[in-house]
Amino acid sequence: MTDPVPLLQVEGLRVEFPTRRGVLVAVDGVSFHIDAGEVLGVVGESGAGKSLTGAAVIGLLEPPGRIASGQIRFEGQRIDNLRPERMRRLRGRSIAMVFQDPLTSLNPLYSIARQLTETIRTHLDLDEAAARKRAIELLDEVGIPAAARRIDEYPHQFSGGMRQRVVIALALAANPKLIIADEPTTALDVSIQAQIIALLKRLCAEHGTAVMLVTHDMGVIAETADRVAVMYAGRIVEVGDVQQVIGDARHPYTHGLMGSIPMIGHDVERLVQIDGAMPRLTEIPAGCAFNPRCPRALPRCRSERPELVSAAGAQVACWLFDGAGSDR
Amino acid sequence: MLAFIVRRLFQSILVMLAVGFIAFSLFNFVGDPVNNMVGIEATIEERERMAKALGLNDPFPIQFARFAGNALRGDFGQSYRLSVPVEEAIGERLPATLELVFVAAVLALAIGVPLGVYTGLHREGAVSRLLLTTSLIGISLPTFLIGILLILTFSVWLGWLPSFGRGVTVNIGWESNLVSWEGFRSIILPSVTLCLFQLTLLMRLVRAEMLEVLRTDYIKFARARGLTSRAVNFGHALKNTLVPVITITGLQIGSLIAFAIITETVFQWPGMGLLFLQAIQFVDIPVMAAYLCLVAFIFVVINLIVDLLYYVIDPRLRLDGGAARAH
Repeated sequence: MTDPVPLLQVEGLRVEFPTRRGVLVAVDGVSFHIDAGEVLGVVGESGAGKSLTGAAVIGLLEPPGRIASGQIRFEGQRIDNLRPERMRRLRGRSIAMVFQDPLTSLNPLYSIARQLTETIRTHLDLDEAAARKRAIELLDEVGIPAAARRIDEYPHQFSGGMRQRVVIALALAANPKLIIADEPTTALDVSIQAQIIALLKRLCAEHGTAVMLVTHDMGVIAETADRVAVMYAGRIVEVGDVQQVIGDARHPYTHGLMGSIPMIGHDVERLVQIDGAMPRLTEIPAGCAFNPRCPRALPRCRSERPELVSAAGAQVACWLFDGAGSDR
Repeated sequence: MLAFIVRRLFQSILVMLAVGFIAFSLFNFVGDPVNNMVGIEATIEERERMAKALGLNDPFPIQFARFAGNALRGDFGQSYRLSVPVEEAIGERLPATLELVFVAAVLALAIGVPLGVYTGLHREGAVSRLLLTTSLIGISLPTFLIGILLILTFSVWLGWLPSFGRGVTVNIGWESNLVSWEGFRSIILPSVTLCLFQLTLLMRLVRAEMLEVLRTDYIKFARARGLTSRAVNFGHALKNTLVPVITITGLQIGSLIAFAIITETVFQWPGMGLLFLQAIQFVDIPVMAAYLCLVAFIFVVINLIVDLLYYVIDPRLRLDGGAARAH
């Protein structure tokens, strides 16, 4: 790529869950990178492994989930094998995370002030007064009205959208270089979603913070992301420039996803849907995981697994775009 | 807030009246105290005179009204058995029981809560498994058996600690076991016996609550912000387990007083429990009624304190009222 050392480089990431009935592979050989200040959208159905990829990057996989192989490098340094204490210092300071549900992300028993100053003082060498000042500035920045007064209130006194603003302020508290936003708007009212996404986008642009935006909302991706990675059954099936992927999807799965976005003005009886459902982790078919649902499956798709290959500006894991077997 | 306290106080009074009524009416049917007070050769006239002096011939409502009215002034009448005012008999025994319960409660909290946190955090560890297995014994063995086993081990075999009684007490406004080492030696075995069940209960409760809280989003988010494990586990997680823990602790302090009857019997600890047992054997109604009212009173006070502690811990309760008024 153009940048010699990307901010985040993930290579061959494999996340496994050992269970009594065998090892489940939830994320399988995922590779991608995020450059400084870039917004990478990660889309896919529930269970595609998007959130687990995010959790693996920030080192918060829930046991018994574990990284079985692969490397995660942050600013060129491996972070997937750091000792817990080193990793903790990185969390919040260099890589932050925003979760899905703002109603449950904040500790109900502590005031906003306490949660903010605690986070600030964990990472920055500030005294209580300076941390509080910074906390108020942060709340101002995320658009909490009368921040200086409201800072001493408790989470339950804020609305859902306001709480997600507080959550974003908490994530930004130590000026991290990367924010992993795990479905940051899914739990919010539709009218609030756009505000929060705009806020996240503006703040990250101002601070030069890169974002890994995990979502299943293609509209959010189209508006926000620079590049997009499409995940299916634990693998990346297509990754590329957002305009490229949305405007001219290569992979039949991505194509199906685009087709299922409702458009205002297009009066259709029924939205296009991809037949079938994503396979369970225990039942991933041989070859390409998407082959049972794929309208354009080749015989080869049922036996051999495609790897990511370059196809006109994007990378696609599909035999249709294998130089030799292409039918286009 | 004030309205809440007033309401709770009013409820408390109703509870006390109900308990007093039940206690008093129950004891009217457990036996005839006159039998115990007069000799075998007493004539019918003597018995009549005795019953009349004690007011036992009056209709039940009048007896209860008299009892309640006197009780309000702290007067529970004369003990039939000891021939001293009941308040005096109980007042003499109360410090022994309260000290015992106090030491047991402190032990249970000081050991049970940290162990619960530990086993909640390291749920797969060998030490946790050992602790949980041991705690099953603590929960399932009856108090009197634990007491006897402790006496056997520490008094009979090792000879380290006294096996019964309060030993040396020092008067600090009341007779106390807690100010001298000699006195404290005597309270160790009974309080350990008394606390064991509560300790294991608390440990298991804190563990279960910790497991619950550690799964929540705000704990994940706290970790994702890079807060230290100490801040996450003891600041954010433990505090969120406190509401149920305080509820149970409050109830258990009440039952510590109740269970103290057995422990006091095993260790011949001269507290209220022992007094109550002797009173039952003698059908000493005033003592029994006063004891039950006192225990009910302690329960009511503890529950009031627990309710107030909720307000201190949980801002959602504290502020809802205030916010409602402000808007």
